[in-house]
Amino acid sequence: MALAKRIIPCLDVDNGRVVKGVQFLDIKDAGDPVEVAKRYNEQGADEITFLDITATHEGRDTMEDTVRKMAAQVFIPLTVGGGIRELDDIQRMLRAGADKVGINSAAVKRPEFVKEAAERFGKQCIVVAIDAKQIAFADKDGENKWDIFTHGGRKDTGIDAVQWAIKMESYGAGEILLTSMDQDGVKKGFDIALVRAVSDAVNIPVIASGGVGNLQHLVDGVIEGHADAVLAASIFHFGEYSIKEAKLAMQDAGIEMRI
Amino acid sequence: MTQTTVAVIDYGMGNLHSVGKAIEKVAPDAKLVITNDHDIILNATHVLLPGVGAMRDCMGEMIKFNVDKIVHAVIKKGTPFLGICVGMQALLNRSEENNGIECLNVFDGDVVHFKAGIDDNGLPLKIPHMGWNQVKQTSKHPLWENIKDNTRFYYVHSYHAQLKDSQFQMGQTQYSESFCAAIGKDNVFATQFHPEKSHDAGLQLLKNFVNWNGKV
Repeated sequence: MALAKRIIPCLDVDNGRVVKGVQFLDIKDAGDPVEVAKRYNEQGADEITFLDITATHEGRDTMEDTVRKMAAQVFIPLTVGGGIRELDDIQRMLRAGADKVGINSAAVKRPEFVKEAAERFGKQCIVVAIDAKQIAFADKDGENKWDIFTHGGRKDTGIDAVQWAIKMESYGAGEILLTSMDQDGVKKGFDIALVRAVSDAVNIPVIASGGVGNLQHLVDGVIEGHADAVLAASIFHFGEYSIKEAKLAMQDAGIEMRI
Repeated sequence: MTQTTVAVIDYGMGNLHSVGKAIEKVAPDAKLVITNDHDIILNATHVLLPGVGAMRDCMGEMIKFNVDKIVHAVIKKGTPFLGICVGMQALLNRSEENNGIECLNVFDGDVVHFKAGIDDNGLPLKIPHMGWNQVKQTSKHPLWENIKDNTRFYYVHSYHAQLKDSQFQMGQTQYSESFCAAIGKDNVFATQFHPEKSHDAGLQLLKNFVNWNGKV
């Protein structure tokens, strides 16, 4: 009897449609978000994450509507990220039916925002999303090092990812969503060294993201990377694997799962 | 027969939308009200006290809206009552969160922080306890109907209730220590987990609640 590790399908939503890009580019349509969420819910997903990748105001209203529709049909935790900049954005998403919000660049811009959000809404609903890229390698530089990148991976903030995760925990993050921008969309597996470095450094749950191409990658994220949850998009969206198959594969590997 | 009216107590904290939507799903014919109006809550057939966030803020808001008085009145009246998460913790005597907060004294006991524990990798167990964990039904109760023993429910919390009298414990879960997953006494039932986020099993529990007459 123990706490189960979680599988979280992630829906990148643009103007009311699920899309999936490779390394943040090259967008492919993967359907209506509410329908996709319902399918994952039926297959036994442990949570669902929506990332709003629309830049426009109209797109944002569409997102709120999508969250509202989904919350009326899917009764598992829902995280919404993308474009969360102010306390009011959080309030709107929670009122629409989200359980947690993902904060990314707004935290980099002003870390106190995370503190204020956690104080107002509770740590349990504040997920700090970290986009990290490796800048030093153990084999050639002597140690692994990752920096936080913003602007879709174009801008190096110079902030160390592991130190940032520790800081965000102390500011009230309830969970860390950790994406490797080197691995994202390329389906070669998580950046295990990154996941493990962050997961072992903080005492809040870490969700590994970026790079899942097969079920062994999910297993590796938990067993090798020490992640508490694994997030994937394209392996589920395009029907390569169902959530159920993924859960069974993880259970076969000795991981506690909710089947 | 009077129509079922489910009042969700709104004291400005938490995501009431989820609980409301879940009630609408399991009881489409019931009237759902999300309110802090005393008369409406007193006249409801079922009352639900949700809660997320920090205990200090929750109790602070409850006192501001006189929710403490309403909760006592509703429970005394015999109305079926369900507390969820912080809405369960608030029913104890005292919480050690935020340097100690006095609570509603419906159950004798305290709300305490999880003990430190070690995970499979030899690392400290993560706090909050977040995710799906099994609930052992330690006592028979109408709200467990059609739910298998050891079913997983969704949790997110760092503190848990410690009852003085274990006869009121209805369910138990194991993390760094064994803790109260659910408590119950007469017309009151409360869960540390979130039934509204616990998929089919959670919806079943809410359905059982809406169909419950408050008797055990």
